[in-house]
Amino acid sequence: MNDVMQSLIDIVGERGVSNAAEELWFYSRDPGVLEPHKPDYVVAPKTTEQVQKIVQLANREKIPVVPMGNGMALTGLVIPLKGGIVLDMKRMNKILEVNEKARYAVVEGGTSQGVLKAYLQENYPHLRHSIPDAPSTTTIAANVALHGQGRLTNQYGFNSDMVTGMEIVLPTGEICLIGSPSLGPYWFSKGPTLPDLSGLFLGWLGTTGIITKLGLKLFPNKKIREVEMFVTDKAELVPEIFYKLTHLEILEDVNAWFQPKPLIFKGNFHITIYFTGDTEEEIEFKRRMIWDALQEFIDSKDGGFMNVQYTKDMLLEMPQRGIANFADVPKGGGFEYSGPITIIEHFPQYAAKVIELAKKYDVLYASSARLICGGHCMMFSISFAFNRNNPAMMKRVKEALDEATAFALEMGAVPWKPNFMEQQMTMKKIHPATLKLMQMIKRNLDPQGIMNPGNWEVI
Amino acid sequence: MAYLRNLEHGDIVHRCFRCGYCKFPVDYSDFNCPSYKAFGWDTFAPGGRMWLIRAWLSGEIETSPRFSEIMYSCVACDNCKNQCVFEKFRDFLPDVFQETKVELVNDGLVPPAVRDYFKAIMTSGNPYKLPQARRGDWTSGTGLQKYSAQEYLFYAGCVGSYDEVGQKMAKSVASMLDKAGVSAGVLGEEETCDGNEVRILGEMGLFNELAQANIEKFKTKGVKKIITLDPHALNAFRNDYPKLGARFQVFHYTEIFASLVKKKKIKFKKYPAKITYHDPCYLGRHNQIYKPPREILNAIPCVELIEMRRHGLNAFCCGGGGGNFFTDILGTGEDSAGRVRVREALQTGANIIAVACPICAKMLTDAVKMENLEDKLEVLGIAEIMARTQKK
Repeated sequence: MNDVMQSLIDIVGERGVSNAAEELWFYSRDPGVLEPHKPDYVVAPKTTEQVQKIVQLANREKIPVVPMGNGMALTGLVIPLKGGIVLDMKRMNKILEVNEKARYAVVEGGTSQGVLKAYLQENYPHLRHSIPDAPSTTTIAANVALHGQGRLTNQYGFNSDMVTGMEIVLPTGEICLIGSPSLGPYWFSKGPTLPDLSGLFLGWLGTTGIITKLGLKLFPNKKIREVEMFVTDKAELVPEIFYKLTHLEILEDVNAWFQPKPLIFKGNFHITIYFTGDTEEEIEFKRRMIWDALQEFIDSKDGGFMNVQYTKDMLLEMPQRGIANFADVPKGGGFEYSGPITIIEHFPQYAAKVIELAKKYDVLYASSARLICGGHCMMFSISFAFNRNNPAMMKRVKEALDEATAFALEMGAVPWKPNFMEQQMTMKKIHPATLKLMQMIKRNLDPQGIMNPGNWEVI
Repeated sequence: MAYLRNLEHGDIVHRCFRCGYCKFPVDYSDFNCPSYKAFGWDTFAPGGRMWLIRAWLSGEIETSPRFSEIMYSCVACDNCKNQCVFEKFRDFLPDVFQETKVELVNDGLVPPAVRDYFKAIMTSGNPYKLPQARRGDWTSGTGLQKYSAQEYLFYAGCVGSYDEVGQKMAKSVASMLDKAGVSAGVLGEEETCDGNEVRILGEMGLFNELAQANIEKFKTKGVKKIITLDPHALNAFRNDYPKLGARFQVFHYTEIFASLVKKKKIKFKKYPAKITYHDPCYLGRHNQIYKPPREILNAIPCVELIEMRRHGLNAFCCGGGGGNFFTDILGTGEDSAGRVRVREALQTGANIIAVACPICAKMLTDAVKMENLEDKLEVLGIAEIMARTQKK
């Protein structure tokens, strides 16, 4: 046994570290289309102190460290591009505190979305958090670290905007508190009125530190959730529909989706509109407002509301389990998507591009746009499914996604959770002074370059 | 991708997205896969197992003690099959895991504890290596006679016949059958292993031998209806034996008692107790028998039946399925299934965990001891509870 392995065992015990062929094989890949790369060790810490000791060891030995939640970003962000240690954070899964009146929760860095949802339902049924449509095993910390979105994003912004404090193990091994917990026992603000240091970690994809604790905003959980679906076959009208809907300032979430299969969906753009209320009167009032806002499109025969009586349960499910099913349409096992963050008026161009790419690369698409914070921008997902036993199809999906990212950058979008190649494309286009600032931050925080190397790395 | 090995359901292994819904119950309150809960590596979750099997079929990873440990850590609880979002192939997940174990058996590459289990069954006819002549000792004092054309055969199984906790459970069921006037007999020293765990552990040759011998014996003796103590035996008799030509009606004892309670042939006196019921995987998820045990408990005056958060289709396994009762691959750590389950039972405020499976009874009894909860929780079989409510 080598010294590093023994040191890791000393830190986390024998059941907390593995260099067995099985774990090295599994943790070398994610469910997306990128090539795997093996780690040297997989380590599963249970405490912040263990994470600290692992990072200190990694610093001493110059070993890469790749923090991992459930690995469902699909863009290879947990693939250890330069080997080293994959840090499976999921054993750090305690819910440490809920401050009911201040409406925040404090959780450990490996806590899953599902477990927090269940905990709130049982103990604080009048509170909720913003649940993404990723599987319930995905971790809250990983989701905010890559600026994920969820069911409350239209109302309150990116899920990373909902962070209320962090405990970070820095790449040099110090444990650092960010926001109000750095001054006292309360986790109510990640920055204001201090300098907002959370920006040194959110969006950095694990290259500047490891989130070991996280404060997260909770929101009122209204007694009734409802959904309406507006359908139009004119992509060019979708931005205006978005605009009318966001003007209402009452909607939990708005998604526009289109896909060619099953046939009933082909050629239409489905706008799913979620809203909530505490009474039937409130719900009906909001429903009336939604219908009134879109009446002009009905009058002009450009669209109409679809009956959701039989699909309502599925639409209201959080997370929507059925979304994973897209992976099995080509029988199966996978899909991956590019998700540029862009302005809503570009919806028609992106919609056309998805269909063009699907045809060009002979792949199956499903696309969905989610409004962010009242329509200041949207996440537009360009998703392609593949058969994992068909390498040629996987290659075509990868090429289609590369072209989608290039297109998004040309259109002035910001790539969401970009893979390491898309990061390079982004850094080529980014303003030189911005890039220099990113470099300065990275070099100062991670002088040995051990944190998730290969990502946000200036070549 | 070409595979170097073949499984009957090998064509679905690449279709797993490893999304992880399979690890959870429907409300996501905790991990519901006992091996993932105990080991904490993604490789020990159903999705991880699927991906590893694919790598193994294609020759990317080799058979190893670790691979074998991962495969045999599955307790066959069927949670994954019910929680997986891929309806087109999720029913076959347990088959893929079982077929992989068959291959490991064929290659002679099973964990030592699994090898020893097979050897004990082959040489002694039971996993305890105890004499066949003592198999019927537990029947003493129960009132049940040797089977000779009674309406039902009462089949106790290996755990009910040899394990102390299992014997207690078997005795209480037998006594209650006798008291209720059910025409039933036992095979005693003529009874042999049902083979359910042998099959799930992948030794198909041995399973077929056991099953065919049992079928022949039952036929020769004119058995038409069987009551089982053990849901594992029920599973083998009801789902696997018919493929080998068996044509028996098979019941779990809770089904018989629930029916008698409904017909008012069994009556109870008051029994003030808070009881939580633990669904055995082989009774619940494998055979959809959820109501009868609850109907019995609810019929007892003054019993307060309190459900654990995870119950019914979402129940958390005791950790004893898939042969782990005998092989103990999951171990007895803090996150082992039995210990997690008794902590969950404690949260309900109940003072009795009712069980309907001798394996669950033993696993949870041991877990109560390990958690130092003996003064707070008692593990009792349904018939043991019924016995406490009978007028003397």
